[in-house]
Amino acid sequence: MNYPAPEWLDIGPVEQLPALGARTLPVQGGDEIAIFRTANGSVYALINKCPHKQGPLSQGIVHDTSVTCPLHNWRISLITGQALGGDTGCVPTIPVKIEGGRIMLSRAEALAGVG
Amino acid sequence: MTDTRPHLVVIGNGMAGCRAVEEILARDKSKYRITIFGAEPRVNYNRIMLSPLLAGEKSFAEIVINDHDWYADNAITLVAGDAVTHIDRAAQTVMAKNGRVERYDKLILATGSDPFIIPVPGHTLPGVITFRDMDDVDAMLKASEGGGNAVVIGGGLLGLEAAHGLSLRGMNVTVIHLMPTLMERQLDEAAGWLLKDALEGRGQSILTGADTAEIVGANHVEGVRLKDGRLIPADIVVMAVGIRPNTRLAKEAGLAVGRGIHVDDHMTSSDANILAVGECVEHDSKVYGLVAPIWDMCRALADGLTDNHSGYKGSVTSTKLKVAGLDVFSAGDFSGGEGCEDIVLRDAARGVYKRVIVKEDKVVGAVLYGDTGDGNWYFDLLKRQEDVSDIRGALIFGQAFASGGGASANPIEAVAALSDNAEICGCNGVSKGQVMACIGGGAHTLDAVRAGCKASASCGSCTGLVENLLAFAMGDDYAGERDNKPMCKCTSFTHEEVRSLILAKTLTSIPQAMQELHWMTPDGCSSCRPALNYYLLCAWPGEHVEDPQSRYTNERMHANIQKDGTYSVVPRMWGGVTTPNELRAIADAADKYKARLVKVTGGQRLDLFGIKKEDLPAIWADLNAAGMVSGHAYGKALRTVKTCVGSEWCRFGTQDSTGLGIKAEKMTWGSWMPHKFKIAVSGCPRNCAEATIKDFGIICVDSGYQLLVGGNGGIHLRGTDLLCQVETEQEALDYCAAFIQLYREEARYLDRTAPWIERVGMEYVKARIVDDGVGRDALRARFEFSQSFSQIDPWAQRAAGEERELHHHIAEIRPFRVLEAVA
Repeated sequence: MNYPAPEWLDIGPVEQLPALGARTLPVQGGDEIAIFRTANGSVYALINKCPHKQGPLSQGIVHDTSVTCPLHNWRISLITGQALGGDTGCVPTIPVKIEGGRIMLSRAEALAGVG
Repeated sequence: MTDTRPHLVVIGNGMAGCRAVEEILARDKSKYRITIFGAEPRVNYNRIMLSPLLAGEKSFAEIVINDHDWYADNAITLVAGDAVTHIDRAAQTVMAKNGRVERYDKLILATGSDPFIIPVPGHTLPGVITFRDMDDVDAMLKASEGGGNAVVIGGGLLGLEAAHGLSLRGMNVTVIHLMPTLMERQLDEAAGWLLKDALEGRGQSILTGADTAEIVGANHVEGVRLKDGRLIPADIVVMAVGIRPNTRLAKEAGLAVGRGIHVDDHMTSSDANILAVGECVEHDSKVYGLVAPIWDMCRALADGLTDNHSGYKGSVTSTKLKVAGLDVFSAGDFSGGEGCEDIVLRDAARGVYKRVIVKEDKVVGAVLYGDTGDGNWYFDLLKRQEDVSDIRGALIFGQAFASGGGASANPIEAVAALSDNAEICGCNGVSKGQVMACIGGGAHTLDAVRAGCKASASCGSCTGLVENLLAFAMGDDYAGERDNKPMCKCTSFTHEEVRSLILAKTLTSIPQAMQELHWMTPDGCSSCRPALNYYLLCAWPGEHVEDPQSRYTNERMHANIQKDGTYSVVPRMWGGVTTPNELRAIADAADKYKARLVKVTGGQRLDLFGIKKEDLPAIWADLNAAGMVSGHAYGKALRTVKTCVGSEWCRFGTQDSTGLGIKAEKMTWGSWMPHKFKIAVSGCPRNCAEATIKDFGIICVDSGYQLLVGGNGGIHLRGTDLLCQVETEQEALDYCAAFIQLYREEARYLDRTAPWIERVGMEYVKARIVDDGVGRDALRARFEFSQSFSQIDPWAQRAAGEERELHHHIAEIRPFRVLEAVA
């Protein structure tokens, strides 16, 4: 049977995300995703790889709308995925929204890396 | 010969109508036969320039945009002074007042807007005029010939322009404004107040919060009565309270009309053959009264009419004006609100007020008064939604200082540009001139300035400005306090100031510290947050509540992150001593959790590499079960105590260095420090434990124990300095505890002991630890108190399930389903 694939994937309740923190979401056959929550409650999702040396951004310190990579302190915008400051590079972003207290992730982008 | 091209008829010979035609011609010169109807009997002129015309700064010829030649050259039929009165959509014709009928293929409505007249009694009296077109200007000029009194109702842009012009023409002008501040739609309260002050300085009377009751006069205007009873004499009254889109023709023709004529992204109305553009339209629920959006609309309209549909996406508007010769700029949203931060610069002497509103690292609004040079730059940042976090510190000083990122932002030039009356210290009301005089009088340090003129002596948020003034005044001579940098760009306080304020103000949490200490960012950065967390836990060991999000990942995860994102695990081996049982447990753990490398560390212990974050609690549970605890190899904390075998085994050994090392490690483990902290104990001066490059080293000699401090390996190798020699083990341990506590309490976060001692000097350390016995005991006691809270094995806590979410994925995506984590 073939059901139409939903556009948004329900990842779970938003309370699972600590403020100023992140959780990881492995994608079978694809790139692991990091889901971040900022101080004011906004939620963002990036591929969990720093554009510099693939450091796990989910382990970085979240401040304002950026995360500082734990490996070499690159600062990455949670909004655009762009490296900030003097560094250049970009990590893919995945559209994410909160609906009824659940984290909803855009299916197309989440599965973009699945070969 | 008959022209068979489609006929384009434009109603409105103003700025929008003519600009739309220009845009169409620029794309396709010959596609349409064009007829333009204009109600005014003249060619297209720049309505914005009516103010300079009224003020006598420009002539009509100078404000003409398209003269008769333009119409002739482009074969445009201009029907000027004959307004269109009716549109017949079925017949596709328009009819003008004098009976002229034109059939159209495409019709553009560019009817603009009409001034709004408040219907107070007397509003129809002769002498009540609006400020909208050339006829109005002529009427005002005529009225001003005899001087007399003018009342302008409306303190918005248009009203102030009219007031300025009439004032220059020699009239005695009073502005009546309903709202509490002038130009409240473009300016915030502060800028509105400055503007009022300046206009009053030029002889105008400005009445704000004034509501017009009636316009009085027998056959002509004689005055305006306010609701509070005041009567202001007037020979003319200019109504400039606002404009509303002119939609009469469209409404009568049955087109969809709201506040303006409804149009889609291609400026097409509800009738596919009728388009509309300019102030008369409503696009996406918005009506515009500024010129920039109208130009955008004209481009989209022309693109559509020449079969290249681009679409109008709405406009973000800015206002850059000279009101009565005063520069004013505003853009975006300056109402503030949640998540918005204000950066404000006031220079009262130069009459400058700048306010930039930043939200989530982006400029969302700006209000400039007196100096609008950077208005376009702010507007550009706003439109491009550019991240300004890197230039935030210099943002308010403008592009010249902030462009190119933080590196080229020169705050010293910025303070140099301030006038002497510019306020530096808001708390104590100290101006730049006073600070400079204080420096000139010999105050060459921050403390001297604080003592001398009180600047930066209260809340301290202007410390950065004062330091910049010191640097500006003294040049290279002000090198003494280079070390005294703010913690990071989130604050102007130094590490030392933050630490002393945490104690003085009893600050116990990071958000509280940021609020009380005027943090300039909403939630700090990756530099100040871990520092603040450490300073708080050091200050309040009993009360401190950890903020895991302000820990570096290694300390949050209690393991060392490696370049592939896995972690390494180092169990504690007291004094570098282990047992077969411990080794077996380590070997089993290495197998079970597939450690890809087992390495002996420089600190005499074993490091298991390649452990996944999910496996950490389990491997810790296994190591705990064999009696081992966290080695804190990941922390700004006590790392290892390295020892040699000492007198128990070594033929040269003078004391039990291994035993002393174990005692030292049992005493100090678990303590958080400004940076990593290493101890070593060597049993004789041959120093096999390399105690002379440790933060605290002990070299055993026959007569006792030499205590050494401030060494490290690393990039800048530094050998230890001799602190003193003591006779007993207990003294060695007591001095060690006191030294550690002094370092914990006074060093900057991320300073190891070596740079800290370089800065404060060995004499100071000796004075505190060696000479001051009472102080030493107090330090040791504070260390022990702190340790009573910190000697809890974090691995055991995690193995027992604390903060398990740190080690688990939130969910997992597999083809066709999402697996939620089991809570």
